[in-house]
Amino acid sequence: MTTAPQRLTPAPPSGTFLGMPAFPSAAKSALQNQQLRKNLRLATTTIRAKRALRASEVANWEELRTAGEQIKNRVGRHLDTYLLQAEEAMTRAGVVVHWARDAAEANRIVIEIAKAKGTREVVKIKSMVTQEIELNEALEAAGIAAWETDLAELIVQLGHDRPSHILVPAIHRNRSEVREIFQEEMGRWGAPPPDGLTDNPPDLAAAARVHLREKFLRAKVAVSGGNFIVAETGSLVIVESEGNGRMCLTLPETLISVVGIEKLVPTFEDLEVFLRLLPRSSTGERMNPYTSVWTGVTPGDGPQELHVILLDNGRTNVLADPVGREALRCIRCSACMNVCPVYERVGGHAYGSVYPGPIGAILTPQLRGLDSDVDKSLPFASTLCGACNEVCPVKIPIMDLLVHMRHKVVEKKTAQHPTVESAIFGGMGWVMASGRHLAFVQIFSRLAGRMFAGRSHFGPLPPPASAWTKARDLPVPPQQTFREWWSEREDAK
Amino acid sequence: MKPGAGITVALFATCINDTMFPSTPRAVVSVLERLGCTVTFPEGQTCCGQMLTNTGYFAEALPTVRNYVRTFGDQAYIVGPSGSCVGAVRHQHPMLAEQAGDAGLRAEAEAVAARTYDFSEFLVDVLGVTDVGAYFPHRVTYHPTCHSVRVAKVGDRPYRLLKDVRGLDLVELPSSETCCGFGGTFSVKNPDVSVAMGADKARNVMQTGAEYLVTGDNACLMHIGGLLHRMNAGVRTIHLAEILAHTEDGAFA
Repeated sequence: MTTAPQRLTPAPPSGTFLGMPAFPSAAKSALQNQQLRKNLRLATTTIRAKRALRASEVANWEELRTAGEQIKNRVGRHLDTYLLQAEEAMTRAGVVVHWARDAAEANRIVIEIAKAKGTREVVKIKSMVTQEIELNEALEAAGIAAWETDLAELIVQLGHDRPSHILVPAIHRNRSEVREIFQEEMGRWGAPPPDGLTDNPPDLAAAARVHLREKFLRAKVAVSGGNFIVAETGSLVIVESEGNGRMCLTLPETLISVVGIEKLVPTFEDLEVFLRLLPRSSTGERMNPYTSVWTGVTPGDGPQELHVILLDNGRTNVLADPVGREALRCIRCSACMNVCPVYERVGGHAYGSVYPGPIGAILTPQLRGLDSDVDKSLPFASTLCGACNEVCPVKIPIMDLLVHMRHKVVEKKTAQHPTVESAIFGGMGWVMASGRHLAFVQIFSRLAGRMFAGRSHFGPLPPPASAWTKARDLPVPPQQTFREWWSEREDAK
Repeated sequence: MKPGAGITVALFATCINDTMFPSTPRAVVSVLERLGCTVTFPEGQTCCGQMLTNTGYFAEALPTVRNYVRTFGDQAYIVGPSGSCVGAVRHQHPMLAEQAGDAGLRAEAEAVAARTYDFSEFLVDVLGVTDVGAYFPHRVTYHPTCHSVRVAKVGDRPYRLLKDVRGLDLVELPSSETCCGFGGTFSVKNPDVSVAMGADKARNVMQTGAEYLVTGDNACLMHIGGLLHRMNAGVRTIHLAEILAHTEDGAFA
């Protein structure tokens, strides 16, 4: 009998997202979880209303969105220039700048720095990019414990779980579930919760505070992402709500920030636009509670060694697509998933992607490519209702990008040989190319109408019609089409 | 003088209405003729192509763009009873032409799209009427379909038309602007999510106590109506045009 090697941190459900089922089947199981659906309905409804209120308070909200769009477009257009400018400014301020082509390179750099510091653990600020590169598991494999310090990320980590939302990663959990996780796991990985822990949110937060404080005070190295880098000054910016970020940014001696190359803004003045757009769009707050801006190293104050890892990991491929690149404007506010009716029902895990919801459906398949079944299914995980378009603070035309990505999936699937679906749609293309063709196939719908005269609807039918009729009746086609009625009427004139 | 006097309208029936729901374009003809318009039906017409476009089949959708431009190119007013199809004509036809590298087609598609109206837009904006002389003594709730609101952007026009129908009791639909879950091929590619969303919509509809659920898009109605019919919910679905076609002098049939 072999025993599993002792883990330093709670194990996630499985090592990786790869091998997850495609969206339709993952969504099907998620729909069965009534607790999940209730939690998501409550949370998204609340946050949606808050966002709408806070956006409506800003008289020039639409202009602000346009400004955000244009600044980010400018960054994309001149990314080469801004990246070098940022590197130079950061280096001048005392930052060690690293470049990482992909996840493996970025993880290796983090591990090397941590090892050079002789530490066996790091504290982390909630960051999407380190989820994207699966840094925690890479650190674990290298014998370094990565501790999440954001409350929701702590819940996820202790729960052997995965984030299901980019801003509120434990949105799928309610407070009684959180209490259970804390009760069960906290003591195994550090300071235990007090006896008689209740599911009262302030009590839960207090237990987390005690648990985390121990780690904050002990850690020599912190790892963060970054919301923005100002190219002009080389300043890094992180916005957060809990103050755990401020702790990580000020207490440990060494700070490593992993930042996607699209996170640049040209000047300090440009920040103003995003610091207004982001909190209102994400948490529905006028201002986020903590905004940390740090420019290089200041002797005697904050981290004395500062590393910034500029990460590509597929971003330059996205930039190469003139349509798809609009997704790179994303500032990870999560407004699109909060408003998405599909996300509301299935939650983030069903997407099999670090970035779930509408932005994930267009960004992940671009970053990872369209090789897996999950990534091929993501652009279709939307009704194209367009609610996301209206809330995006940087005006990403998500609906159009979903359609664009669907086109890419079809191109990929049919590159070698036609599929059943492409044969059907090829036939439909022929039908819809001329009125005569359409009138011809309508012979069959009219025939069906005559055969089933006297019935208004079909009930359950065998496959493939079952996809529709399992839960929905299907109208029986009429015996007379409109064009037939019209031509009879014209003849009678 | 009638508001439509001297105006000729080319009816874009849409493929789904032509084939599955012919009473809707017939109702459009009835209302427009009542208002004094001359209605034509260019028989070369087919479809807006969005089912192909939205499933990713751009090359297959391109002939529908060419066909639309060929069929309606010389018409001053093209009117269709579908916010979704009209939205696709306006928003996707130029994109498809552009993707195909056909700048000439793109310009033509844009020009003809600018003359394409959803039925509710044409009544309110071109004919300048909200009271079309309709009578419909029923309790009705309206679902603003996503593409009518967010692509065609018909705004409050359908509500204004419904409010001016005599005898009609318009009740508000809770969470009205949330998608019903139809989504074209989404309804069969992701049937479980589609039905879950539709079930919530159907529940909201039933809560209103309405006898009729009305929209400006029969495709969405086919989905919500399919659920309501399966449940024997006692709510019927009806297109806006058909309500407007009923008058005190006679029911539209």
